[in-house]
This record gives sequence, structure tokens and C-alpha cells, in this order.
Amino acid sequence: MKRPGPNLVFLFVLAGLAVLAPVAGWLGPYALDILVGIAINLILAVSLNLINGYTGQFSLGHAGFMAVGAYASAWLTLQAGTPSGVNGLVVFASALLAGSLCAGLVGLAVGVPSLRLRGDYLAIVTLGFNEIIKGAVQNAEPLGAQRGLTGIGQYTGFFSAFAGAALAILVVHNLVQSTYGRGFLATHNDEIAAESSGLDTTRYKIVAFATGAFFAGLAGGLYAHFKQFIHPEAFGFMRSMDIVVMVILGGMGSMVGVCCAAVLLTVLPELLRALANLESLPPAIRDFVSNRMILYSVLLIILMITRPQGLLNFSSRRAQASR
Amino acid sequence: MNLRLLPALLGLALLAGSAAAQEVIKIGEFASLTGGNASFGQESHKGTQLAIDELNAAGGVLGRKLQLITEDDQSAAGQAATAVQKLIAQDKVVALLGEVASSKSLEGAPIAQRNKIPMISPASTNPKVTETGDYIFRVCFIDPFQGTVMAKFALSKGWKKIALLTDVKQDYSVGLAEFFVKYFTANGGTIVRDQKYSSGDKDFRAQLTSVKAASPDAVFLPGYYGEVALIGKQARLLGLTAPFLGGDGWVGESLLPVAAGSLDGSFFSAHFSPDDTRPAVQDFVRRFRAKYKSEPDDMAALGYDSAMILADAIKRAGGTDSAKLRDAIAATKNHPGLTGVITLDAQRNAAKSAVILTIRNGAYKFQESVAP
Repeated sequence: MKRPGPNLVFLFVLAGLAVLAPVAGWLGPYALDILVGIAINLILAVSLNLINGYTGQFSLGHAGFMAVGAYASAWLTLQAGTPSGVNGLVVFASALLAGSLCAGLVGLAVGVPSLRLRGDYLAIVTLGFNEIIKGAVQNAEPLGAQRGLTGIGQYTGFFSAFAGAALAILVVHNLVQSTYGRGFLATHNDEIAAESSGLDTTRYKIVAFATGAFFAGLAGGLYAHFKQFIHPEAFGFMRSMDIVVMVILGGMGSMVGVCCAAVLLTVLPELLRALANLESLPPAIRDFVSNRMILYSVLLIILMITRPQGLLNFSSRRAQASR
Repeated sequence: MNLRLLPALLGLALLAGSAAAQEVIKIGEFASLTGGNASFGQESHKGTQLAIDELNAAGGVLGRKLQLITEDDQSAAGQAATAVQKLIAQDKVVALLGEVASSKSLEGAPIAQRNKIPMISPASTNPKVTETGDYIFRVCFIDPFQGTVMAKFALSKGWKKIALLTDVKQDYSVGLAEFFVKYFTANGGTIVRDQKYSSGDKDFRAQLTSVKAASPDAVFLPGYYGEVALIGKQARLLGLTAPFLGGDGWVGESLLPVAAGSLDGSFFSAHFSPDDTRPAVQDFVRRFRAKYKSEPDDMAALGYDSAMILADAIKRAGGTDSAKLRDAIAATKNHPGLTGVITLDAQRNAAKSAVILTIRNGAYKFQESVAP
């Protein structure tokens, strides 16, 4: 039997999400908070995977693009007066799209001059860009400057967040699996060989960069309209690092692995929180678990030592063995 | 052990457990226990925990024990919202205490407001925090208030000519200066110079030379400790001898070592001083030392006050019904707190006295407390 195409799967997923949405509401706001957090991290990790994983560039500025999307879309819905009902949905959807496009354009603007650089140099440029965005917002009075932007309407829900995640996965998957998209992998594997066979590697890098930035902007918009408050500190270097960790832990260029890592790294701190609250555990263990951020870091180190090729990346080991 | 007794014992334990669970009043606290603001979060948590422990030792509130459930938000954006969701949805807390950092309080506040769970922030000074809604309170004074307090203090010292030196990059600094000028000039003072700098600057000699030329009685410097220490040092090198006045942004570990005596004779406003001679404060300092083997700071005292005001309100509300509890907190009047006599105003902010500290021989000394 022929496997259903990714587009068909996407439609099924959307329908499934629509059915699941009431169930998510029944789970309560805390579970919903975690679920939406998972969806947002999925979008971020999958889109960064296109840049860092498939195309082999090293961007450290993903939170910067997220900031562009978050602030642009939040500013737009605030300007529109955060209407409710159908109007609200239209405003939210257009603001999300506009925010993502802004982020994509900024990605293009950053990518064109800086993608001539490779490896460490590109990492530093993107890092600098992240700080510029943060600094610009910190000084922008209409965006709340250092005080943060308050009063954003809560539009993001279970459905919109996961529909966004599904869209990001679909687009990145289709892009990479397409004939055109083989160029990303070629750029990653051997840039010189790719160029000598006539591939415009710079163009591939820029397309990857702009697409990645677009989805980071989408994640930012969803984040802003879920938490209802955004602050420049939310989009600093540490946020970018979190996303990079998801991609590396999941296995660069492994869609399933990166998705698993995004879910795992979002849920893990909350699981440790629950463990520390479990009253049936002896106090000594609870005290130990309550240092959960230390434990979290230790788990990261263990995972990195035991699975340096990524959580679910079995193919690369086989590839290494055959080399 | 007799195995046949075990089920009976277990049953008894369960029964006791459920009876206690019925009576306990759950209070949620969200704080930055790890990450960049951990020192603030841990101190306020210590103060809050001390208050809850003392209340429980005295028999609890309305005959029910209090249970403080504390969640860490890692000082990371987005995490405060998750922690608050968890405290409200899963733990079913009746009220929230937190956060120190305004940016975290602003994340938690809309959720508390939506769920109609009263929230008291111990130390968020950003005016927007309590503007979120009628369930959000704070026990600290807000930024503008410190400007007024220092203007009052300068006038009481007989200083009529003041030079300003503000950090244009910090809302905090600009806000303090604005309210200082408003009160000071309305009551007969004059601003003889208005100089500015930006966070991160290292050289202030140009501004200080200009300030010196105006020969002010004192210089109002509402900045943060990093720049303040450097400014103090460079001012003395330039021969500017007028005392400096500032706000709670001065308090930082590196202020005294870097300033190296140059700020002696200067004054700044703060929430709390362990040197305050009031018996209640001295008593608190002793109990805090006994429990934690360290000195309480502003955050600890504010955390303590926030918990005590909540407990007092639960008592007056006669229960934990959210609307009644909100009204009781809003009606808080003349609460004898460690950080001053606290009355919550119509905007749900604390109207209270501030403490003025001075620096003498390289150490903070309690000067006086100034009523609003």
C-alpha cells in the first residue's frame, strides 16, 4: 500500500487537532500551558533544524527572529484593539502572518550579507544580531521598552499552537524532501562539491535562513498571544541556546529526533517539578529533586555523553560505521 | 512489627492526612530560586517561609494551618506563567505571593486576575503590575514614591540647590528624577544642573565638572550601584564634595568596595534596614538570624510583610472565599509591617514610610524613616 503523502497527513493532523482541542481544554490551564509550550518549542526547534541541521549552518540568533514575530504581531493586535469573536480570529491570523513575514524579511536582511561567513563566524554574527534586536526593543518606547509589552489578548490556544507546529513540520519536511531541497543537504555535506556541481549554495543558505526565521516569528507570535506579556529578556541569548540544545540533542537534521527533544526538554522541568511535589517520596529525595535545574543540566550532560549523535539519530551512526 | 496492625495504621494515617488536607490553607509562591535573579528570589522566599512558619507555630490562621507551596521560575521569561498556572490549576491555592522582578509579576498577574486569585507582590516596583486588575496588590512602594521621599529629605536638611544626574537608559532612574523635581521645585527648591548618563558608562568627568561648577548643596543620583560607585569615586577626585542622594538601586554588593569611602556622607532611600531600632524589626532580625544564619535584607523583609498581610486578610475575611479575601486585602490599613506601616491605596499599591540610609565609614547606617 502506498503511504499517504505528507500533505494528506497534515490535513488529518489538523482534523485530529480540532477534535482534540476540547479535550485539551478539559485537561486544565496548567496542562494547556505545557502543551502550548511544547508546540511553540516544536516550531522553534524544527525551523532551526532547517538552518543548523539540514543546511549545516550555525545560527545562534533564533530567539531574535522569535522576538521580531512576537513584537510585530502583538503590536498589531494591540493596534487593532484586541477584538473578540470572529473579528478577533481574523486579526490574530493576519497579525501572526504579518509577524512571521516580518521575521522572514529580517532573516533575509541578516542572511544576505552574513551567509558568506561560515561556522564560528556566522554563529557570532547571528549572536550579535540577537543582541541588536533585544537592544532595539529595550529602547523602543511603543513596544514597552525595558518594562515589557502588557495587555496582549489571549488568542493562542491548543489548536492554533499545534496547527502552527504541524505547518512548520510539513513545510520543512516537504522542502527538504523535494528535489530542490536536496540542495540543502548537499550544502551541508560538502559545500565545495555542491558548488562545483553547479548548486548556488549561498542561495540555499539564504532560503533556509529566511524560512527558519519565518517560523521562528510564527512561534514568537503564538508565544506572545499565549503568555499575554512579552519582555526583551524573553528573547535573549539563553533562549537561542535552549533551541540550539533541542536541535543538537535531537540530532542535527533528524526531524523525529528534534521533535522528540523539543517535547522532552519542555516536559522535563515540569516532570521534575511534579516529582519534587510528590508527597509520598521521602523528604531527602524531594529536597534533592527540588534542585531541579541542576538535575536537568545533569540529565543533559548524560544524554550528550551517551548519545552524541542525537536522541533518535540512528542513521548517522550507520553512516559513520560504513565510512 | 505486627503485620495485622499495618492496614489499620495505614488507614489511620490516611484519615489523619485527609482531615489535615481539609483544614490546611494553601498559599502559592512563585519566585526566582535559580537563574539570574536567584539572590532576590531566595531572600524573599526565606522571609515568606519564616512568616508562614511563625504563623503555623502560633496555631495557624482561623485555626487552620497554612501551607506554602513554592514554585521556581528559573528567572526565565515564560516560566513564571507556567508556575502560576500550576499553582492555581493543580494546587488550588487560595492566594499567590510573588514575584520580586516586575517582569515576572507581569506574567503571573493576568493569570491570577483571570482566575480571581488574589496576588500580592512583595517587591515589584513597576507601576503596571497592579494596573493589571483588582486582584493584584503589592507591599513595596513604587518608583515615583522614592523620588518624593528624597525631595522631602533634602528639604528637611535645608538643601535648596540640587543638581540632577540621571541614567537615561533606566525608566527607574528617569521616574525617580521626575517625581523628585516635581516635589522639590513645588516646595521652594531649585534644580541648578540637569546632567545625564547611560547605564554602562565608565567616565563621568564631563558631567561631574559641570555639576561642580554649579556648586549644588547636594546631587540627586537615582542610578544603579555599578555606575553610582564610579560616579562617587570620580566626583571626589574632581573635588566635588557635595553629598549624593539616591534610591534603592544603590544597594548592591559592589557599591561599597568600589566606592571605597567616596560615598561617605551620602543618603539613599530603601525599603528596610536591619539597623532600624523598632523592637519589631530587631526581633525579626534575631529570629531570621537564628533560622538562616544570615542577615535579612529588603527582599526578606518584604516577603515577610506580604505573607503577614495575606494572613491578616484571611483572618478578617473569615475564610478563603476569593472575592471576600480580595476585599479584605484591599482594606488593609495601618498594618505594622517590618518595612513600615502599610496601607493599601485604591490603586492597590502600598502607601508606607521609606527608610533613609546613610553611608558612614564604608558601611550602611540607618538614618531615619520618612512618612509618605
